[in-house]
Amino acid sequence: MSAPVDLRHVSKSFLGPGGIDTTVLTDVSLAVPSGGVTCIIGASGCGKSTLLRIIGGLERDYSGEASVGGRPIVGAGLDRGLVFQDHRLVPWMTVADNVAFALHRLSPTERRARVEAQLDLVGLTTSADAYPDQLSGGMAQRVALARALSHDPQVLLLDEPFGALDALTRLRMQDEVLRLRAARNVTMIVVTHDIEEAIYLGDQVVVLSDRPGRVVARMEVELPRPRDRADPVFVALRREIHHRFFTHH
Amino acid sequence: MSYAARLALPVALLAIWQIVTSIGWVEPFLMPSPLRVAETLYQLIASGQLLRHVGASFLRVSQGFSIAATTAFAIGLAMAVFPPVTRLADLLIQVLKPIPPIAWIPLAILWFGIGEQAKVFIIVLGAFFPILVSTVEALRQVDRRFVELARVLEVGRGDFVRKILIPSALPQIMTGLRLGFAYSWMCVVAAELIAASKGLGYLIMDGRELSQVDLVLAGMLTLGVVGKLSDDGLRVVERRLIRWRTTFAGY
Repeated sequence: MSAPVDLRHVSKSFLGPGGIDTTVLTDVSLAVPSGGVTCIIGASGCGKSTLLRIIGGLERDYSGEASVGGRPIVGAGLDRGLVFQDHRLVPWMTVADNVAFALHRLSPTERRARVEAQLDLVGLTTSADAYPDQLSGGMAQRVALARALSHDPQVLLLDEPFGALDALTRLRMQDEVLRLRAARNVTMIVVTHDIEEAIYLGDQVVVLSDRPGRVVARMEVELPRPRDRADPVFVALRREIHHRFFTHH
Repeated sequence: MSYAARLALPVALLAIWQIVTSIGWVEPFLMPSPLRVAETLYQLIASGQLLRHVGASFLRVSQGFSIAATTAFAIGLAMAVFPPVTRLADLLIQVLKPIPPIAWIPLAILWFGIGEQAKVFIIVLGAFFPILVSTVEALRQVDRRFVELARVLEVGRGDFVRKILIPSALPQIMTGLRLGFAYSWMCVVAAELIAASKGLGYLIMDGRELSQVDLVLAGMLTLGVVGKLSDDGLRVVERRLIRWRTTFAGY
């Protein structure tokens, strides 16, 4: 069976001002195993978000091959769920309508039932009629998760999903994501610049170099879950990644 | 702000106006006292004359504004959703837009005579462009992040237009509608000043011809009040439609 997400020799350049090409990704090859959590870390500007957007079908004109579920990526689609750094809830839609927005292929009855189930999954049934402005950052991101999972994607893509949240909410949301992964058995790719977050969430951690981004390391994290951030192995791994890739000599 | 504070300035102005006219600083045939104007207003109301004039103008404004609002919204939406429509219409709109509606009055009379149609036509022209321009601008400024979201969720064009494009543009479209409504009132008065047998513009012109400045002022005041009330009405509609938005209320 083909990997849910398979990238082969993917490179991407943007046409910058003055007609100069800026290469943001070079020769990225990556196979994401089914059902696991793959975390991609790198410094800001290393192209990790671009990589995720290529998988999400939002960036075209890349070179190399990229496929999801064995089919080449030609555009965005409901087989992939996407959670952005900003919650990206539509401000004029209620929480329930925001989730329903992703469910246009269902009949109204099925849609209502699914919205209810999704809000129940993230514990926000009581906020169904609230507008996004009335939610806290963590609640809004939970609605975004509920929306991204509502259409049963094969792969859930998370682009620095907790970057805008405070430290405590961030820790809670990491556990929430792991709980949702277990509940839905969905393959996840998380882009982050937080080494600890990557080790805490990932079955696999992929390190990208500074721009132009290329894969400099790929490591399996075999710590049992729930993981303990103070565990010596956890700490050692964190230190190793930090020293090898993010300390400038 | 309390009602007292809101009324302070208008009341003070009225008082100054009354004093200046009672001590004879200005000639009554140039500027009658506010009490005289109030008396005239009262007579106009009591005789049912004022209601007749307001009703005539209001009917013209509602007809012209409705036609302008629907066509401008439809054309604006078509321009925003289908770029070829913009390429087709843009130059024409840019040339027609700066022509003041009043400049159309001779042509309107030539085409439609001096009846209702000519006046409604002038109002349509006056309200159409501000509504069209604000609609197109508002629709073009849709937040790219939500366009991207719709793409990720494979939302169809119809759903995108109804659930993202129009709601995102609605606050600015409402501003355009209120502007268009204000223009409608300007246009109706301009049209009625030239040829009419009823309406607030006619009332004002009649006052000038009879050298009854109190009648002119009564008509002007009525225009101000009716304009304010109709804008209030549109604001209520706006608040209903845009419940999710909180307005900036000062810094």
